Amino acid sequence: MKQRYVYLLAALLTVMGLSVFFYKWQVLGFPISENQETPVWTIESAITFESGPGSIKVQLHVPTLTPGFRMLNENSVSRGYGFSLNYGSGGREAQWAIRRADGEQTIYYRISVYEDDSVDQSDTTPPFPPLPVINEPLKTAVDVLVADVRNQSADTASFTTELLRRVNDPSPDPNVELLMAGADTNADFVRVITMILASARIPARMVRGFPLTGRQRSATLVAWLEVHDGDDWLYFNPVTGEETLPERFLVWWSGNESLVNVEGGSNVDVRFAIQQNQLDAVAIAESQTARRGKSAVDFSLYSLPIQTQAVYSVLLMIPIGALIMVIMRNFVGIDAFGTFMPVLIALAFRETKLLWGVILFSILVALGLSIRFLLDRARLLLVPRLSAVLIVVVLLMLFISMASHRMGLETGLSVALFPMVIIAMTIERMSVVWEERGAVDAIRAGFGSLVVAVAAYVFMGLSWLEHLIFTFPELLLVILALVILSGRYTGYRLSELRRFKALSTE
Amino acid sequence: MMFATAKRLHSNGVLGLNERNADFIMRLNPRRLYPLVDDKALTKEVALKAGMAVPDLYGIIAHQVEVKNFGDIVRDKESFVIKPARGSGGDGILVVTGRGKRKRDNYRLSSGVFVSEGEILHHISNTVGGQYSLSGNRDKALIEYCVHFDPTFAEVSYQGVPDIRVVVYRGYPAMAMVRLPTRASDGKANLHQGAVGAGVDMATGETLNGVLNNEVVDEHPDTGALVAGLNIPQWDFILESSARGYDVTGLGYLGVDMVIDNDLGPLILEMNARPGLNIQIANGTGLADRIARIDEIFDASLTAAQRATAARQEFPATAGRQARLF
Repeated sequence: MKQRYVYLLAALLTVMGLSVFFYKWQVLGFPISENQETPVWTIESAITFESGPGSIKVQLHVPTLTPGFRMLNENSVSRGYGFSLNYGSGGREAQWAIRRADGEQTIYYRISVYEDDSVDQSDTTPPFPPLPVINEPLKTAVDVLVADVRNQSADTASFTTELLRRVNDPSPDPNVELLMAGADTNADFVRVITMILASARIPARMVRGFPLTGRQRSATLVAWLEVHDGDDWLYFNPVTGEETLPERFLVWWSGNESLVNVEGGSNVDVRFAIQQNQLDAVAIAESQTARRGKSAVDFSLYSLPIQTQAVYSVLLMIPIGALIMVIMRNFVGIDAFGTFMPVLIALAFRETKLLWGVILFSILVALGLSIRFLLDRARLLLVPRLSAVLIVVVLLMLFISMASHRMGLETGLSVALFPMVIIAMTIERMSVVWEERGAVDAIRAGFGSLVVAVAAYVFMGLSWLEHLIFTFPELLLVILALVILSGRYTGYRLSELRRFKALSTE
Repeated sequence: MMFATAKRLHSNGVLGLNERNADFIMRLNPRRLYPLVDDKALTKEVALKAGMAVPDLYGIIAHQVEVKNFGDIVRDKESFVIKPARGSGGDGILVVTGRGKRKRDNYRLSSGVFVSEGEILHHISNTVGGQYSLSGNRDKALIEYCVHFDPTFAEVSYQGVPDIRVVVYRGYPAMAMVRLPTRASDGKANLHQGAVGAGVDMATGETLNGVLNNEVVDEHPDTGALVAGLNIPQWDFILESSARGYDVTGLGYLGVDMVIDNDLGPLILEMNARPGLNIQIANGTGLADRIARIDEIFDASLTAAQRATAARQEFPATAGRQARLF
């Protein structure tokens, strides 16, 4: 009954801990390992123009839906301009306005995105496009071309492929030649294709964006063809006809409208620069979760002030130390002073580093013990004697700090973080054991405490573990379950296998 | 081989600390009963009420201001024992075996060393302050009759008082051992301070060979006398008294410590709610099998004497064990 209750409790805690952990890890994207960085691209567009005499209004298409990417943040830098973001027919538009400006103006718009496969094209299915009004002789050329292509294709995708093959033919037929006569730029070329597709009642549009490769001082917009087959948007390379999207293609805007529109200015020029950097995955998960309005982030330790975070990154490792303590005591069977004294010593080691910590601890305890034995002759009552030992410990720390500072050893200064009350208690306990059971027992238990402290220090200092616990504090529930389970461990301790060796005969 | 295998220990019925704590102490010894055995003054009281023999109590010092009464308490006593009421593992026990010939306030300890009254007062005030108590809380110092031990164990003890530990499971004596002080244990009958433990044949009360620091020994390390083959006097009475310890305390897993006084016979020194497991090494056999057997034959209606008789029948020293002795 008791056993079942324990298993049930442990199972419940484990399931709770692990399910929150998996949710945060898999769904919210909190990184499982430390310093996990995600590449983040920052695309900066700089709009320059000559200001005219009157008021100025600048409109810039900015990314709306970005399949394959998620926006981390965006901002604009513009001196004196009023800034707003609106939804236009072609998606989001950034708008700057100013009553009066002099000389050459530069406006910056910056957006940071990172890759996220879960973001897909969530556009609504577009209506069938109206038949474009085309004048003769182009109209005949379009009609003939559409009829030809339709004969040689089965569906929207194959229609598009066939059309693209024909318009890109090095020796095109006269109809294509006529249609493409005015298409100098890539964008014009795609625009004509969308017009032809519209004549075939196929929803199509031009998208423009950047393949994000790395750092680019001046990036050029690439025009791509998007065709809707009734279910999804398909992407076509307008030059080769392949149904594909360039790797890491960030869609800036779609439609035929021009990128920028400046009222009251001239000599408009837009330049793009792309910067790639690595950003801590935690920060990305945080901002993403906050954007989605999930409350998980409200309970994340990363939302606390930095100083508090530093405290908790240490405090959260104490359960690990406690687990080590349980293992050392109930599974290995090491003698140690006090229940959690070694864990506190291990915490102190974090400040001093291991070697120095062990040395300082040994020096303090040894000096404290000898002074304790001197005090013993004075026959003090228990509490005054404990207090006297405590004061001596504080003085010893002061002395060690000063001496090591004189010698130019900065580590000696961190001795002050040693838990002096704990050390005073250790000295007292050790001296009593020393008197009662002899030096061997006292030193063995003291050494045992040190061994447990070092083991706890090693595990509490594992940076990946620290990161894991700090990012997923719910894992402490799993540790709690482990501790509860080991509370019902009734097998032998390792030390007992030695102790009862005489009983192992047949 | 430094280590035994867990499998072998298990098949030999050896009880481990974790199992003892989780399955017996926590299950059978409710916390509220602990004061009865943790406070030796209380133990003495309930044992006396039940008609069990205990060493005479000369006085209790419960407060620092009473420490000065020590001289009055022991005015007409030549020998006595000072012990903390809540001590553990024999810590803090001072055995005074006599006084200085010229100065009455000079005391001879069992080790032969003379100490002044001032040193004894300091020891008492430390005891009252809680230095030897289990939790470090304030404590009481008991001053009681110093046992003049029976000559049975004179050859196999170095100073101090040898005592008999009986582990009682649900009222049935399950296993027993004699604890013999050595020079290393400073006259204390405590195994982890270096005393020799010798197993006892439950059926006859005859000692088996001993164990010192977890190793089997045949002879006492200081006297060289054989530890095995000694007959414990009044074995019946010892088993019955320890069985009665269960009725008095209600603890299902209990250690009863007794000494045999030359004049007064077996006396109960103290009882223990967490008896150690070294008794298994001393007896060369595991406790778990005996505990399982007691669970089988358990009968709540039996008297202490009947349970003691049952234990004598059920747990004779095994033939294999006897063969190894000689």
